[in-house]
Parts: sequence; C-alpha cells; structure tokens
Amino acid sequence: MIEVQDLTKAYGSVTAVDHVSFSVNKGEILGFLGPNGAGKTTTMRILTGFMPATSGTARIAGYDVFDDSLEVRRHIGYLPEAPPIYPDMTVETYLDFVLRIKNIPAEKRAARIDDALKKTNLVDKRHELIKRLSRGYKQRVGLAQALVHDPDVIILDEPTVGLDPKQIIEVRNLIKGLAGSHTIILSTHILPEVSMTCDRVVIINKGKIAAIDTPQNLTSQLKGGQRVRVDAQAPEKQLRETLAQIPGARNVQVTAAGNDGHVIATIEADPGKDVRSQVAASVVQKGWLLYELRGVSLSLEEIFLQLTTDDAAHAEAS
Amino acid sequence: MRSLYAIYRKEMGQYFVSPIAYVVVGVFLVLAGFFFDRILQFFIQNSLQAEMQAMQYGVPPQIDVPGEVMRNFFGLISSLILFITPILTMGIYAEERKRGTMELLMTSPVTETQIVLGKFLASLTLFAIMLFPTAVYIVFMCFESTPRPPWGLVLAGYLGVLLLGGSLLALGQFISSLTENQIIAAVLTFGAFLLLWVLDLGAQGAGSTLGQVLQYLSVIRHYDDFTRGIIDTSAIVYYASFLFIFIFLTVRSVDSMRWRRA
Repeated sequence: MIEVQDLTKAYGSVTAVDHVSFSVNKGEILGFLGPNGAGKTTTMRILTGFMPATSGTARIAGYDVFDDSLEVRRHIGYLPEAPPIYPDMTVETYLDFVLRIKNIPAEKRAARIDDALKKTNLVDKRHELIKRLSRGYKQRVGLAQALVHDPDVIILDEPTVGLDPKQIIEVRNLIKGLAGSHTIILSTHILPEVSMTCDRVVIINKGKIAAIDTPQNLTSQLKGGQRVRVDAQAPEKQLRETLAQIPGARNVQVTAAGNDGHVIATIEADPGKDVRSQVAASVVQKGWLLYELRGVSLSLEEIFLQLTTDDAAHAEAS
Repeated sequence: MRSLYAIYRKEMGQYFVSPIAYVVVGVFLVLAGFFFDRILQFFIQNSLQAEMQAMQYGVPPQIDVPGEVMRNFFGLISSLILFITPILTMGIYAEERKRGTMELLMTSPVTETQIVLGKFLASLTLFAIMLFPTAVYIVFMCFESTPRPPWGLVLAGYLGVLLLGGSLLALGQFISSLTENQIIAAVLTFGAFLLLWVLDLGAQGAGSTLGQVLQYLSVIRHYDDFTRGIIDTSAIVYYASFLFIFIFLTVRSVDSMRWRRA
C-alpha cells in the first residue's frame, strides 16, 4: 500500500530524513518511533504530499506522492501534529467542510459525519463551536477529520498528544479498530504506544532508520537474550558469586533492597538459554529464601535507548 | 469546481461567524453614510447658492448635482476601501498558516488554483455585500432628482469600485500569502496600496515617458473615468491584468509554501 524508497529531505545543510526506505502492507498499522526532531513529521509530510522530497520516491496506493499528488491526496486522511481545525466552526460544519474538499458527494456526507462522530466519541459535541472544546476534544476532532472520508490510508502525527489516560486508551482502541480496512501510519515518541497499537515499528533517529520490526521481535530478539530478576533473602556478595557460576548467565547485578536482607539480582542470559530453573535451584540449595523469580524482557524503552545512543556513539567515533 | 465552491463556502461562512466582517462592514457603512450625507448637503447648498446668484446676475446655473455627488461619493469610497481592504485580506492566508489549516487544505485533493480562486471570490463577494447598501443611497437620490441621471452612470461607478476593490483584494491576498503574521500582512498591504495610489503624483515630477508609465500604473487614475460614467477599455484591461497577475502570483506563492520550511 505504501512504498518508500531512499527518501531524503534536506533543509539547506540539515538532512531531516536520510535515505529512508520501508513499506507498509494493506491493513497494517506501522508505528513511527523516534525522539523529537528525528524526522517523523517530515517523512509524514512528504507522504501526504504536503512537501516534496529532496530525493527518493514514495508511492501510496500505487501513486507517486509527487507526480500524482492529487490522486494520493484522494486516498489519504492526515492528522498533522497540531489538529488543523477552524475554531469558529462547529464540529459538524467542520467535518462537512472536510468532506466537501475531499470530494465526497452530498448524499454520503451525513452518514460519514455520523460515523466519524461515533468513532471518535464526539456525538454530543456535534453542534459545539470547536474553540469551546477542551484540548483533548480538539485532538479528537482532528482525528475525526482524518478518517471522516473513509480513506484507504490514514497518517496520524502523534495522535494521542494532549489526551488524558482514558482518552488515550480510547484512541488506541479506535486506531486498532481501523486497521484491517485501513492502512495506518502513526508517529509517536511514547514507547508503550507502539507496542500496544502497532503491527510493525520503524525506529527513526536523526533522519535514519535504526530498526524495523514487530514490537515483539524488537523486544525479545533484537538485543540478545532474556533477563531474569530474582528477589531473595541472601548475602549480597555470595549471591552474586553463585549466580555468576550458572552456565549461560552473564552480567549479574545485585543490589540490596531495604534493611530486611532482601536482595534484588538481575541476570542476563545468553540468547536461547533459559536459566530460570538453575537460578531457582542454586538459590534454594544454598538455603537462602527465594521470594520472587521472573523473566524480564528488554522493554522497548531500553531497545530504543540502546539503538539511539549506539547511533550517537558511532557518529561520535567516526 | 466543486472543490472551489467548498473553499468559497467555507470562507463565506468564516466571514460571517467571526465578528470581523460585521465590524468592517459596519464601520464602512457608517462612514460611507455620513460622507454621503455631507456630500449631498454640500452640493444642494451649492446649487441653491448658484440659483440665487443666477437670479441676481441672470446666468443660468450649471450644476449637475447627482453627477457631482456620485463622483465625489465614489472618490470617497475609493479612499475608504484603501483602509478597509487590508483588514479584509490580512488574515486570508496568514491566519490559515498560523492555525495549521493550510496543511489540511494542501493535503486534500484541492489544487492551489482552486484554493486561491475560492478565497478570492469569497472576499470579492463580501466586498460586494459591503458596497450594496451604498447603492441604495444612490438609487434614492436618483429617484428624487429631476431630471433623473442615467442609470449607466451608477452602473459604471459600481463597476469601477468592484474592479478597484477586486484588484486591491487580489494584491492584499498575495501579501497575506507571504507571511504568517496578520499585522505584517495588513501593514505591508496598506503600504503597497498607498504607493499605488500616489504613483501618479510622482509622475508629475518625472520625465514624460516615465511619467506616462507611472500614470498608467496608478491604480486610482483609471478609476476616475468610471466615476464620470466612462467605461474605458484600457481601464478594464488594466484592472483585469492587475487581477490576473496577483491571483497568479498568489497561486505561485501558495504552491511555494510546500518548499519553504514550515
């Protein structure tokens, strides 16, 4: 549905997007993850035809975003960083205007508005002036605007910004519900968001793609093996020595937790090895009390930090 | 065409939900009404005086009161719109860019030409709505005067105002597309209008060829003919080219927003 090849955008001497390539299948949700200023918004603006790329190509639904810009724009719904709303309009007239400029025929408009209002939970705000709405509602109006004409591709630039936790969950569910019939790209710098909503994640930093994979793969495979967290009542030093002897275990870290003799240890296991049973056995054998033992996978946060700081380190080295 | 109408409709709606249109139109009508009254009184007084002089000296009075009133009134309207149109045009693009709604328009299946024409026609419609009540004064005056002045005079006058106003709106709209700041847009527009107004003053000091060129470029010189009831083709060509150039430049400027760093 979306094909991006070597996309590059330079503003003068600054390269905001640097040879980015990826593709999105029909019905998929792709998450764009990166710190602020990583090039997420620029990439999205190029995809929506808002600005041209310096080099490289991008195709949506088979149309080139530059050469067939109008055709591409017929197929997309786009929520920019700031919701593009007219404060003096009511929610309904605003959505009606959006449908009109998207060339939706008159007989379909009323139904499309009803549908979008329902999906974004705005039914009771229908006749309200947009300027009287709170920030969260404005954001939802922006979201309604992106999907009101039922486009094939929906591009959302930080869709959950400004929402409260309950609304965030609603919006995530809404986005998940849209997948399948719509192809979605969303950007965020909030990590749990991608793992919760997206089928695949593109991690982008300083205009370059650092990784593309599913959230699960990124979390479990990408950076080596599993991690085990142990909570036991044991002497700190001896526990460390014992755990370090377990085959497959490395990077054992032990910290005392509180005054009651509890110690927290984290062990990284070599890829493909499950050290949990051995950890349990050796702790019990020594006669220490084992309170908790669980496997922890690297959070996206850590992967993200690793990927982005690695990049920075490489850049500095070279 | 449908997209153009969508933009036009939205612009009209925006004019009338925001207080700007009401304030601008209201202020314009109060001033226009006041000046119309003053001008009319002045010429009635003058004609009475002339009549009395005629009784004493036996020279028949030769004052075309409705014609004079119209000429002066259209002259006055032209100075009023010098102040009013920058207010109408300052926000057309500046506001849209500031709010980020330009991004919505430019990622919708609407061409730049449709956006620009839709917005321009809406501002011209508002301008015509603003002018309409003044026609009522003129029509009343014409009905009350004997002999009745030819309607062509009134129509020529209004054609002139529309062409002048349209040209200024096109220029103001172009300037608005260059900046995100409404105040800057308004000040630049006002400055540009004033320059175009006084261009023929500079012509007097300049050499003959340059003087003629400057005179031809002055936006107000062509307007004078209309207020005398003369519809001159060169004036129409002048205003039509003026409109075309600035609408074209606005289209280019809107298009170039894509290349600028937002």
